[in-house]
Amino acid sequence: MSEKKEYKVIGTRPIRHDGVDKVTGRAIYGADFQITGLLHGRVLRSPHAHARIVSIDTSRAEAHPGVKGVVTAQDLPEAEDKIADLGEGAVSLKYLCDNILASDKALYKGHAIAAVAATDPHIAEEACELIDVEYEVLPPVLEVRAAMEPDAPIIHENIRTSSLGETGDKPSNVASHIQFKKGDIEKGFDEADIVIEREFVTGTVHQGYIEPHNATALYNPDGQLTVWCSTQGAFTVREQLAEILQYPISKIKVVPLEIGGGFGGKINVYIKPVAALLAKKTGKPVKVLMNRADVFEGTGPTPASYITVKMGATKDGKITAAQTSMAFEAGAYPGSPVGAGAMCIFAPYNTENVLIDGYDVVVNKPKTAPYRAPGATNAAFGSETVIDELAEELNIDPLEIRLMNGAKEGDHRADGPVFPRIGFIETVEAAKSHPHYTAPNGKKHHGRGVASGFWFNIGLESSVTINVNPDGTVNLVEGSTDIGGTRASIAMQAAEVLGIPAESVNPTVVDTNSIGYTAVTGGSRTTYATGYAAYEAAQDVVRQMIERAAKLWDVDEANVQFTDGEFSSINGKEEQISFRDLSARLGETGGPVVGRATMNPAGAGGAFATHVVDVAVDEETGKVEILRYTATQDAGKAIHPSYVEGQIQGGVVQGIGWALNEEYIYNDEGEMTNASFLDYRMPTCLDLPMIDAVIVEVPNPGHPYGVRGVGEVPIVPPPAAIANAIYDAVGIRMTELPMSPDRLLKAMGKI
Amino acid sequence: MARKSHVQTTINGEAVEFLCEPRQSLLEVLRDELHLTGAKEGCNNGNCGACSVILDGRLVNSCLVLGVETDGKSVETIEGLADPDKLHPIQDAFLENAALQCGICTPGFIISAKALLDQNPNPTEHEVRYWLAGNLCRCTGYDKIVRAVLDAAAAT
Repeated sequence: MSEKKEYKVIGTRPIRHDGVDKVTGRAIYGADFQITGLLHGRVLRSPHAHARIVSIDTSRAEAHPGVKGVVTAQDLPEAEDKIADLGEGAVSLKYLCDNILASDKALYKGHAIAAVAATDPHIAEEACELIDVEYEVLPPVLEVRAAMEPDAPIIHENIRTSSLGETGDKPSNVASHIQFKKGDIEKGFDEADIVIEREFVTGTVHQGYIEPHNATALYNPDGQLTVWCSTQGAFTVREQLAEILQYPISKIKVVPLEIGGGFGGKINVYIKPVAALLAKKTGKPVKVLMNRADVFEGTGPTPASYITVKMGATKDGKITAAQTSMAFEAGAYPGSPVGAGAMCIFAPYNTENVLIDGYDVVVNKPKTAPYRAPGATNAAFGSETVIDELAEELNIDPLEIRLMNGAKEGDHRADGPVFPRIGFIETVEAAKSHPHYTAPNGKKHHGRGVASGFWFNIGLESSVTINVNPDGTVNLVEGSTDIGGTRASIAMQAAEVLGIPAESVNPTVVDTNSIGYTAVTGGSRTTYATGYAAYEAAQDVVRQMIERAAKLWDVDEANVQFTDGEFSSINGKEEQISFRDLSARLGETGGPVVGRATMNPAGAGGAFATHVVDVAVDEETGKVEILRYTATQDAGKAIHPSYVEGQIQGGVVQGIGWALNEEYIYNDEGEMTNASFLDYRMPTCLDLPMIDAVIVEVPNPGHPYGVRGVGEVPIVPPPAAIANAIYDAVGIRMTELPMSPDRLLKAMGKI
Repeated sequence: MARKSHVQTTINGEAVEFLCEPRQSLLEVLRDELHLTGAKEGCNNGNCGACSVILDGRLVNSCLVLGVETDGKSVETIEGLADPDKLHPIQDAFLENAALQCGICTPGFIISAKALLDQNPNPTEHEVRYWLAGNLCRCTGYDKIVRAVLDAAAAT
């Protein structure tokens, strides 16, 4: 453990800066935006999961009173077949454009076909029904194993499997095959006294943010395009718009309004380019809103998957080999998070011999999008269940086997990276010593389970400027949209440097014309990377203020020091001035002070979590009740502990929903039959106990305050932990998600 | 398009008149006609509670009420809760407890909590959970929201 540092602001729990706006209903979210002359847009979506578009006739819709414009894929510029890097990895521009408005084929039910702008949203909706589309319906491919069959219907004629550097010679639904290797897998299994191999199936799940996607676009006669929207990253919206519309970045301004949740689902654009096309066609500002069914059917959920896991261990509990094959549904276009899942699956364990194969497979479902630690939850459901089984067979406590095999600083993951100082072991120890783990757990049909998880976290670009006000407060300008309290966690890092209270920093999230490039709020990067930029910008302020104090006192800058919010002269003259008093004298000492910093930090540090859950299984109904939940997590350093706890609690509950209820239910035609919040059942507060979030702090050497991203990893362990608890309760190993009552009753032989 | 109806109602204690089409929901009227955008649309079919308002003392989803139905009635929305210089105790409790992350569900939760505390000033944790089960939050896991409502009850 590194030394304990004393902080004045870091680790405290101030009221968040945007709090009053958000509890009074005054905060302006994307759909709340109003502008004079606004038209309303709606999107017509494919009723078929797989169909060739024979013709589209928009004439009846265009003639409908109140309709001002209709667009189809014909209105998009011809997409080059090129690969563009749009902030979250390389994507094919053709696929990106086809997902905005289908050109030749509809590849999933809900695929956007055309859009209407009208004077009123109801008229736009009516007009959508007047668009005549002729489809030639094709057989859909709805499941990853079926899609991998040699005789499966082909979704994209041009896809050839890219496998470990080789390209296949015939069309396939398998877009790619990746592999990570460490040691000698056969040798590892030979050394094992016990080998367990299981297969796992997980369903398609949605991020379930409460705010549907939205966009308002306006073209000025000078060609300036402005888009107001909710997004996880204004700059990535700008990049995607520039590529899709073939329009210069310099002529696009994206204004990020407040965002009502994202969890990875509000990085890709869907209706933003459509709003821009409609605005161009009508010459008016156009607001396009999705309804809830559009969100389920027309945006990216996270993939269903089929995973096999095989692990071997010696009698005394040493894991000698770990092997997996992970096939992920990419949805209609390649690009599932199978790579990220492959990076995470065995990462918590320092296992000598590892072999990981990953397959990215297209199916007739919406193109998948990131969802909180994308890929890692699917993966951990498999690996953490098999480890539980190994521990049981070997009669070793399940946390003990994790301690025996846990990864530490200097160990390297199968995909290459060597761990810096990490806190996995500390999370297991925190779980083991928690009163929850030692509490009695003997009632009939009650069970306890544990599981761990890893997410690598990312850095990426962030920019911050800090303007010093004459009253000793500062205005902090940043480009990271605030999705869960990051105005506060970023402002607090600047406040700590400047020796002022958190309340004396006014953070503002601004548009793409007003701050340097800033990557998405995602990858658990915002408090880490934008917080780091705020720290450096504040250091820049301090450097400049030292110059001013030196000028004021006519001393050398080297003779001015700054501690605890006071500048003082050392080596001679006795002078002292507070940050606040010096702030009032900037005009006379050379003009305003603006601190700035841009970052692309490399040391995100990994995040680990270990969870303990107690469940009660109702043997008659198959319902699983969560009785108690404890989540330990290494936060590195918790800047605002309340919001770190909140991230942990929220991630846990999303994981509980994934474990027990949530899935896209498809019929044979490929129609999602539960595209509403009534039928896609997310947890309510009545389904849950309090969630005990235990923050472990093993400082990240890659950040001045030791911060690690905290947002994503808490969703990783819950499905496995709950599966292990169900086993403890009723002796059944569940290998399919969700572990809904019907599946549980089937597994128990009751139906 | 149907003719618009003239509706006289009371919103947050003020007499309000508006014109709306028969098919417009109260949520649409509040947001699009009156520019009271504190009530949010999350699902438009009564499952998420983000559009919660209090209609003649009763908690409702404003997406399931027609605008014309509010004629002669009284509507309380999130915009009416705080005094000009002082937040409502439930709003304070949400801030103190960090009971919001993205904040989109927050107005609905605060309105639902007010409707609860108006009729049951000292609810148990289970009663709070039961009452708020019509409001979905995807960020917080509800822990801090339930604590905030219990704190607000204790403070009033």
